[in-house]
Amino acid sequence: MCTRRSSPFALLLVLAFGAGTAVAETPGLGKPINEADIAAWNIEVLPDGTGLPPGSGTATQGAAIYSQKCAMCHGENGVNPAAGILPLVGPSKFDRIDTMKTVPYYKYATTLFDVMRRSMPYQMPKTLGNDELFALSAYILSLNKIIGENDVMDAKTLPQVKMPNRDNFIIWAPDKI
Amino acid sequence: MTIHKRGKAPSLEPVAGNGLLDRRALLGRGIVFAGATTTGVGTLLTGAAAEPLKDDQWSLEMGSVVPAYQVPSRFEKDVIRTRSNPNNEFRNSHARTPHHLLQGTITPNGLFFSISHSGLPDIDPAQHKLVIHGLVKQPLVYTVESLSRYPMVTRMHFIECSGNSAPMFSNEPVQATAQALHGLVSNAEWTGVLLSTLLEETGIDPRAKWLLAEGADSLALHRSVPVKKALDDAMIALYQNGERVQPGNGYPMRLLLPGYQGNMNVKHVRRIKLIDQPAMSFFESKTYSQILPDGKMWLFHFVQEVKSFITHPSFGHSLNGPGYYEISGIAYSGNGRISKVMVSADGGKSWAQAALQAPVLPKAFTRFRMPWRWDGQPVVLQSRAWDESGEVQPLRADFVAARGQTDKPVTNPLGFPNQHYNSITSWGVDSAGGIKHVYA
Repeated sequence: MCTRRSSPFALLLVLAFGAGTAVAETPGLGKPINEADIAAWNIEVLPDGTGLPPGSGTATQGAAIYSQKCAMCHGENGVNPAAGILPLVGPSKFDRIDTMKTVPYYKYATTLFDVMRRSMPYQMPKTLGNDELFALSAYILSLNKIIGENDVMDAKTLPQVKMPNRDNFIIWAPDKI
Repeated sequence: MTIHKRGKAPSLEPVAGNGLLDRRALLGRGIVFAGATTTGVGTLLTGAAAEPLKDDQWSLEMGSVVPAYQVPSRFEKDVIRTRSNPNNEFRNSHARTPHHLLQGTITPNGLFFSISHSGLPDIDPAQHKLVIHGLVKQPLVYTVESLSRYPMVTRMHFIECSGNSAPMFSNEPVQATAQALHGLVSNAEWTGVLLSTLLEETGIDPRAKWLLAEGADSLALHRSVPVKKALDDAMIALYQNGERVQPGNGYPMRLLLPGYQGNMNVKHVRRIKLIDQPAMSFFESKTYSQILPDGKMWLFHFVQEVKSFITHPSFGHSLNGPGYYEISGIAYSGNGRISKVMVSADGGKSWAQAALQAPVLPKAFTRFRMPWRWDGQPVVLQSRAWDESGEVQPLRADFVAARGQTDKPVTNPLGFPNQHYNSITSWGVDSAGGIKHVYA
């Protein structure tokens, strides 16, 4: 988890606005808060695995959870979803403008965990437990044959999954970043 | 009284093919057609005489009660957004701006486009909080009330969904209005607190290169934004055209990133976390990443590049006989101000410069206008914009060669491959005055 770190804080803003510029007076009405008190909202998972919780799961465990909590919209086995909803299994080669983008499109497997953790199930988001999230990640990656049926997903293994499309992304304008 | 002419009246000879006139004819002197034209189109003195005038009923009785919050006349009932999910089924909802029925540059709040991925949250502004944390010196929490005491700025900016105009990638032109094709862009005057002001208070760890912005909606929609942009012109917007931001546009506060993909302008923003790497959220790594024909994908295509389209006349309108018309439309660029708009009435063979309605503001709609005398023959109307960074709106052939198009026609204008399209729109006018969407 990302918390306070020990390195010195530079005055980046002074640099951004020009060295020597006096910092404008601001009302100072923001209330200080500790990172610990932000925990309930602090849910993102980054590509390097930062933010992944403890816990683990396999595709077999995930299949049962999927049938119960996901299949009604995304379809059994990740195909034939309800109208207006994307499947979770799809092509892994992308060279047409309208190729359907599903899980194999993601650059990082952490994106799958993150979107389930914050947004799913659609009707009652933020209710999946950590083991459920790892198990569902394993199941959906396994359906797409990105990992094996018996692979265990946890905070260590999930960021190491090599997504099939990972090396095909190019940054549009690096100077904007 | 003697009227002294100042300078020469602009020529009313066409300045480009199919009857485009000199834009200077719009600069206050009015259009005067000197007698019958060579096309035989008399515009002022021909046609049936007007009916004798009489009082209508509304001129003879007291009107209705003045409402507390006024809405348009009942006769304007068709000037509404078109919705993709009117029954709020479990999927996203689009509501598109009727550009072909509006004028000027400001999108009224009720007609401002909206995309919601999980319905509109019913947020109590007294309970809403914005936290800024992560790689900062001091995490801080703000409320609507506290932000209301901060120094504010007011700026005019468009917001465009980066999938706006995606039906234009169809290999055959979709027969649809400017609302259906281009209705996912709107323009408003935004008032709020610059994000840089708040980041001054939290301080920034130099390792922070990105910030994650997250909404209070049920999906907790989040996007990664370069710190560079956050310190440039990002705003926590509280007001939209003078009143509080609309629920569909981010009530009670949204992140405003002028000129950047609409989805990054996170609505109902409740958390901003400074981080050392992009989060690779669902929406940035999948939905708004763009597939190129060579099998590569663009990541972080943030800037909504220079674009224009004609709104009048356009699909859904018809021309009522030959004569004078004003062609007009909107132009905008995420790079800055519009510097020039050219209009063609002959499918791009010849072009004439359009008048730009002042003020021309950066990253905001600019209305362009072009006087036109239609001779009744088939024409193809197009507009093409330039911005102050030197970027030019690409021609369609060049654009689809670089970016691709579908193999089969897109029959549903709501078909939505989420690809940024900023090439040219062409309206074909037939001799009966009917208007079709064409590629030229």
